[in-house]
Parts: sequence; C-alpha cells; structure tokens
Amino acid sequence: MKDTAREPAIVFRTEGLTKVYDTGEVKVYALAGVDLELHEGELTVLLGPSGSGKSTLLNILGGLDHATEGRVWFRDIELTKMGNRALTQFRRDYVGFIFQFYNLVASLSARENVALVTDIAADPMTPEEALDIVGLGHRMDHFPAELSGGEQQRVAIARAIAKRPEVLLCDEPTGALDSKTGVQVLEALDRINTEFGTTTAVITHAAEIRKMAHRVIRFQDGRIGSVEVNETRLRPQDIEW
Amino acid sequence: MRALEKKLFRDFRRLWAQGLAIALVLACGVSIFLMSFGMFVALTDTRAAYYERNRFADIFAQVRRAPRSLAAEIAAIEGVRTVEVRVTGSAILDLPGKIESAVGQFISLPSGGLPRLNVPLLRSGRFPDPLATDEVVVNEPFAQANGYQPGDVIHANLNGSVRPLTITGTALTPEFIYTIGPGDMMPDNEGFGIIWMPEPSLAAAVDMGGAFNDVALTLLRGANAAEVIDALDALLDPYGAQGAHGRDLQLSNAFIDGELKQLRSMAYVLPPVFFGITVFLVNMVIGRIVALERSEIGLMKAIGYSDTEVSLHYLALSVLIATVGIIAGVGLGTWFSRGLAQLYAAFFNFPYLIFSVNAQVYIISCALGFATAALGAIRAALAAARLPPAVAMSPPAPPRYTHSLFDRFLALLSLGQPTIMILRNISRWPFRAGLTALGLALAVAVLVASAFFEDALDEMVDTSFYLANRQDAMLILSQAAPREALQEIARLPGVMQVEGAQFHGAILRNGHLEKRVAIEGRPADAELAQIVGKDKRPVPPPDNGVLLSERLAWQLDVAPGDDVTVEFLTGRRETTTVPVAGIIKSYIGLAAYMHSENLDRLMRRSERLDVANLMLDQAAEDEFHAAVKDLPGLAGTVMLGDTLEAFQETIEQNIDISTVIYVAIAVLITVGVTYNSARIQLSERARDLASLRILGFTNGEVSYILIGETAVLVLLAQPLGWVLGSALAAAMVAGFESDLYSIPLVLNRDTFAWASTVVLIASAVAALLVRRRLDRLDLIEVMKTRE
Repeated sequence: MKDTAREPAIVFRTEGLTKVYDTGEVKVYALAGVDLELHEGELTVLLGPSGSGKSTLLNILGGLDHATEGRVWFRDIELTKMGNRALTQFRRDYVGFIFQFYNLVASLSARENVALVTDIAADPMTPEEALDIVGLGHRMDHFPAELSGGEQQRVAIARAIAKRPEVLLCDEPTGALDSKTGVQVLEALDRINTEFGTTTAVITHAAEIRKMAHRVIRFQDGRIGSVEVNETRLRPQDIEW
Repeated sequence: MRALEKKLFRDFRRLWAQGLAIALVLACGVSIFLMSFGMFVALTDTRAAYYERNRFADIFAQVRRAPRSLAAEIAAIEGVRTVEVRVTGSAILDLPGKIESAVGQFISLPSGGLPRLNVPLLRSGRFPDPLATDEVVVNEPFAQANGYQPGDVIHANLNGSVRPLTITGTALTPEFIYTIGPGDMMPDNEGFGIIWMPEPSLAAAVDMGGAFNDVALTLLRGANAAEVIDALDALLDPYGAQGAHGRDLQLSNAFIDGELKQLRSMAYVLPPVFFGITVFLVNMVIGRIVALERSEIGLMKAIGYSDTEVSLHYLALSVLIATVGIIAGVGLGTWFSRGLAQLYAAFFNFPYLIFSVNAQVYIISCALGFATAALGAIRAALAAARLPPAVAMSPPAPPRYTHSLFDRFLALLSLGQPTIMILRNISRWPFRAGLTALGLALAVAVLVASAFFEDALDEMVDTSFYLANRQDAMLILSQAAPREALQEIARLPGVMQVEGAQFHGAILRNGHLEKRVAIEGRPADAELAQIVGKDKRPVPPPDNGVLLSERLAWQLDVAPGDDVTVEFLTGRRETTTVPVAGIIKSYIGLAAYMHSENLDRLMRRSERLDVANLMLDQAAEDEFHAAVKDLPGLAGTVMLGDTLEAFQETIEQNIDISTVIYVAIAVLITVGVTYNSARIQLSERARDLASLRILGFTNGEVSYILIGETAVLVLLAQPLGWVLGSALAAAMVAGFESDLYSIPLVLNRDTFAWASTVVLIASAVAALLVRRRLDRLDLIEVMKTRE
C-alpha cells in the first residue's frame, strides 16, 4: 500500500491514448494506447527516438491536438470531451508551451512577445518580471533578430511562465542550442519548477538531461517503454551533453 | 496597445508598398462610386427640389392655335390638377454689337402675375410691367453669356417687324435646365435665349390674341398620365395639335435623364471592376502572409488566442489597407465630384449649387470599401482560424508537383530549367495565374474602353458633319413656306446653294410598338444635307416609304420591307401606312427620312419647306447675317460650323481630362497587380532563387525566373484585355445610348496598341521594383530561415 498522504496529486492522466495519422495511403500510429500520469510539481523528462510519439503526446496534453482514441484528464476535467473553444480556454488558463524553434513573433520585441500572453491571461506577472526570472531583464526591448538562440529561447520561456501556468510543456527546448546555452535554458526551467512548483514536462533527444528530472518516461513506437524515478537529481549546470 | 495590435501595425508598416498598391486600386473604385453614385443622388435630388418648388409640369402639348376658352375644358379632364395655357414662339434676335443673329424662345407671362406652372425664378431685376409692350425678362445664362444687365436693349424680329425689347431682369426655369436651341448639338447660351414677355404684347406680336399655342399641366396624385394625354389630344386635335407628351419627351428633362442614366451605368460598371481586383489582391497578399506566419498562428493558438481572435487579426490587416484606400478614395471622389459639379454648372442651369454628395453616399462608399477588403481577406483569415495548432507548428508540406501531360509537353520543347520553372509554376497555380492575367487584362480593357471614345466621336463628327450635314447654315422657318421661298433665300447675300427640307412630327407604329419622331423630307437631288447609309454612302430619299435609323428600326422591331403606320401630328393629322425602304446610320436623334414629294403627296398639298439648308460664301458671311436679321418668318438659324466647333471643343476638353484619369487608373491596376504578384513570388521562392544564386546563377538569370512568369502573364493578358475592352466599350455605348444621341462602337488597332503599350510599360516598371529587392536579397539569411 502506498502512503496516499505523501503521494502528489495527479495533474494529467491518460487512458489508452491513441493517435493515428491517416494519410490515405498508410495509417501511422503516433500513439498506440498510452496510459500515463503526470504529478503535481514534478519535472518529467520524456525520452525517445524521433517519431516515437513524444511530441504528439505533449500536443494532446496541451490541448493543441485531438486524440483518435482514449481519454485524457487534466485534474478532474476530461480534455478529450472538450471542443476547440474549450481547449483554447484551457490553454489560455493553465498551459505554458516552449518549442524547439522558440516561435517568437519577429515583429515584436522581447517584452512585447511576452505581453502577447500577459494581454490575455487572467492573473499574469508583468512581462518585466517574467524576463527578469529568465535573466533577460536587460534585453527587454530587443527584437528576436537581435538576440542569440539561447536568449530567444529564454524569452520563449518567459512568455510561457508569465501567465503563471499550472503546467509547462517543453518540446525539445534545447534542441536548437549548443550545450552551454542549453544549460542556461534548463536552469531557467529548473528554477521555475522549484520556485513556483510548476508541473513541467520536457521532451528531449539528449538523454543526459534525464538526470535533472524527478521522473523519466521512455517512448518507443508510440508506447511507453519504461518509467524510472530519479532518487537523486543533478543540477542543470552539472549536466553536459 | 496590446502586443497583438503592435504586431498588426508593424506588419502593416512592413507591407506598406504592397498595401499601398492595393489601397490605390481600392481608392479608384471608391472614388468613382462616390462620384457617380453621389452625383446621381445629388442631381436627382436637386432636380426634384427645383421641379417641386417651381412647379414643373407633368404633361406638355403644343397646338397651332386654340381658343383660350379651351383651358377650362382641359382643366376638367379627370386627373388634371393645374393647367397653364400660354403663347410661345421662336424668333430671330438682333443683338447689339453681334454680327451673327441669335434665336429667342419667347414664352408669355400671364397678365395676373406669375404662371401657375413652370414658374420662372427671378435672378436679378424685375418682371416686366404686364402692360408694357417692350419689356422682357431673359434667362440668366443668356444674359451672362452676352453681358446683359437690366436696362439693356435687344431687338427681335417678331412676325416680320423688328422690335426693340428692354431687359428688365433675368430668370431661370425648370423647363430649361439644359438649354438647347433648335438644331443645336450643344447649349449655346450666347446664341439662344429664353425670353419671357407679357402675354398681351407677345400675343399681339405673334398674332395669338385670345388664343394659346402651348399648354402645360400637372396631374393629381394617382392620375393615369396616358389617359390624360389621350383626353388632351382629343381636345386639342381640332386646333392643330402636335401630340401631348410627358416629361420623358421634354427636351431639358430628357437630357438630364440621359446624364443620370450615364452616371448610374458608371456606378454599376466601373467600381465593381476595381472592387473585384482589390478582392483578388487582398486575397493574394493576406493568403501569403497567413502561409508565412503559419508557425506564429500555431503559437498564438498554443498560448490561448482563440480562432476568432486569430482570424480577426488577419482581417484587421485588410481593414487597415482598406482604410488607406478609403481615405484616398473619399478624397479623390470628393475632388472628382467637385469637378463634375463644375461641369454640370456649365451645362445645366440650376438656381442652386448641385454639389452636395450626401453623408449617406459617403457611408455607403466606405462600407463598400471595407466589405471589399474583408471579402478579399476572409478566405485567408478563415484558413488561419481553421489551421489546427499542432499542424501549424510544423512546417508545411512542400507543394505537390506532379508530372502531367503539360510536363511531357514541356519536355518535348527542350527548354532550359529556368523556363521550365516559370511554366510549371504557372501550371501549378493556374487559378492564381489566371486571376493575375485577368487583373492585367482589366487594365488593358479600361484603356481600350476610354481610348475608343475619341475615335467614336471622330466617327460621329465625320458622319454627322462631313457626310450628312454638309450645309453651312440652316434657316428654320416659322411656318411651312412654298417652294418659291427658296428662290428668295437664294438671293440673300453670300448664299451659293440652297435646298429645302421639311419636318413633320409623327408617331410611327408597328403593332403595339410606337415612337414619336420627326420625319424629315428631303428632295431627291439634295447634296448639302444627305442621308448616310450603313455603308457610309449617301442614300437618296426613297420614292416610296421611309428610311429609319438603326436604333429606331430596332425600337419598332421592323426591317426593310415591313410596313409601319405613320400618324402625322402636322397638317391634316392623317394616318397612313408606308413601307420601310431601308435602314440608315444616324448618331443624333431618332432619324426618319422620306422623299419631300412623297410627303407633299401624302399631305395633299403643293411643295413646301420648313427648313432651308444653305452653302455660304465665307467672304460674305457678315452680309448674310445682317440680311437674316431682317428676314420675316424665321424661327431660327443654325450655323453648323459654330456647332461643330463648340462640339469639338467641349469633347476635346472632356477627352483630355478623362484620358488622364483612365491612364492613371490603368497604371494603378497594373502596378497593383504586377507588383503584388511578383512580390509574392519573390517571397514564396526566395529560397529557390537564393539556392540558384548559390549554385552560380547570375542575378540576371535568377530575375529571369521571377520576372519571366510575370512577363508571360502580362503577355497573355493582352488579347484577353482587348476582348474585355471591346466588351466594356460596347457596354458603355449601350449605357450612353439614348433617343437623343448614340455613340458608334469604333475600335481601331491603334486603340489596342495604345492600351497594351501603357500596360506593358507600367508592368515593366513594377517588375523592376521587385527585381531591385531580389538583387538585394541576403542569400545566407534566406537559406537560414525556416519557413
């Protein structure tokens, strides 16, 4: 018997989650019946080769995509029953996204890119606060083209956390960065996870990054291969890849 | 300002060149709509107000001479509200200091004060003393053109006696908003005046004591105009009636109707062309932006912007473009309207200013502008809304190129790769390529449809003056005169040749179709005034039957050999049936010709004439004019040289202005379409083109691919533009055609060449602007960016 008092609350839960891409000629199973739980305050790393279904899972959890079969819950809310409008509201209220290619709006400065979120969030921090957290308080008025890759990704993180999201979903956040800049990004993620208790899921190709996670989930061919819990976590600055 | 709004304005600023090109095309549509529809409303309202205030009559009729007691009977016709009977007449005026004579249209003023209908509006001075025999009021334009003030004296040859008349004031009347003299093609305020004279003195002068020769009446609400006209005709019949008619045949009113019809067809035909092009361009540009910002759209949705917010963002971009276009269009349209109002002020005599395009028209113009831009953007905006966020975040699949028959055909031609790229791109996006070509074709069409006008008017002048009316002057007699009058006229100084002609008001009928016309009788040997056939050769008047102009034959639905019933409104007012002897060409009025002798036979009378056509010795023209002023029994003179000069001068002025406007419009369309299409291609193919540059292609070779496609489309657009232009010209000819005049459809090779030259030059300039961007392309940067 587990000690339920110490068991953290479940933020995401999936049941037989399946996603099929039907191109007309072939059916590709991106997810083939995934059962998974993500716990409150945990930093989970999702590992696996390309096409193993990690990004598809993240997109469905974040309400960006629909499942073909199976069910997904965010706390007590069943996402798989929601329409597009409700999913938009769900993203607006609870989810912060970080992508491999930053996806900053080129015509907006760092501060304005963050404001894009704070404009519509219910209880956001100011763009300045968010940028301070990722250590970019001094480059707020620069446009994306004037920032390095690592800085751009940190702006993207600031943008994701500015709304004080309950969950942070990161798809290859260091994928386009070298190891040194990647560490800065991971440090920012770790700090947010620790200080704000934000439930965080990070997809990565770099297996070393698993060492900073509470839990590591490995994907293989649209299924969960293994789940392991790190008894001791490394700090990002101690990781190299 | 919210971040999304900042993005909007920055995107707008970045796209300024493309946005401006679109905005200017939209501005053309908005301004032409504003002008044509605005002036249509303004002219309609102004005329209606003037008619109402000055009680313009509903029904008009002329008789030879009817007793005044008949007025009570006319008033008793069911449906008649008010009746005004009066004396009118036409006389030659001798104006002080003028060699040429002028024509005066005399109208009686009732003794009791102002008339009850067609009330003249005093503009200066006073009305004549009812008992005075030598006091008159003249119409204001006539006074202004000749510089007359109250107190000035002119002379009139009334029934053979020349009398001095003192001008006591000037006035305007709703009967002569468009003031055109008998036989004139254009208003001639210097040579034609409206003259109001107290009834007793006018009646005495033209021998109408106790009688009237002109009646006007208004109808009660709900009265049947046709029945009243029939009843009026029946009453007036014994007194030499010429057939009552409604406002539609009242000359001044009909001219304004013609102008209104033109304004309306302009509002219907031209703005939709521009709005259509705007929709296409906005669609192309916003569609491209949505494609380029695919990942940003995904991002906006990922962070919680709703589909509606995202699509509104792109709609708003089109609205910004539209705002620029609408501001420019409203400014331009207001300016055009002012210009047109000035033109109207010169041609139409209104007591108040016409220019007041009302607020509603402005609102409709703006709404149309916004709707156009939104319509153009809606497809792309909806695509942005529909794009699932997960899909939006991943790069788009490369466009699908497949091998088709077209490719096999290309392979056979053994073309270079760049040329294959051009042709394949066109075949890959046939719809877009087709619309681009169509837009350019419309630019060609606009030029064809404006340039044809000059040729058409040349043709009109050639036919009307150099073929048909070769006489130098026309003398209009106040009453039909016997043939001997010709000998008397021939003795006037300077007259080298003289021919008689006669005119008979008549109603032509074929079954239920009928038309009121003037049948002109010509002698068989007429050389000065000739009838021109469809082949532009002179046609002698037929021994038997009637020649009809094309439009008249079409309206009556008759062909040569068919019979038409002729109800003469002159002489014994008899009805007879004659065959249609042939169809002839005529651009002015509804022409019907018969042989003079044939007409005299039908009228059972000896040879008569109503008009004398003259050839003059130019050296003796002054003596001729002096003699004409003293000639009794003359209702008017027309100097055809003056008429032609006035006509050409006015036309040339208008053509110069409209050519400038149409060239500007065509250039805007061309630049708008070419620049946007080339710019979008540059954006879509920047990577391809940069790759080629890296592979060692020169700037020239690479721009060949970019500009080559535009060039192919521009060339394809030319023949299409000629066809569309011909159709547009035909539509304009149909829109302008009326019973008063019609414009021939003359399309020369020069017209097509001119249209194509303008469009080719404009598109070359636009393409070069884009090429400059290509030359500055940062190769590395382009290759690094991820689509």
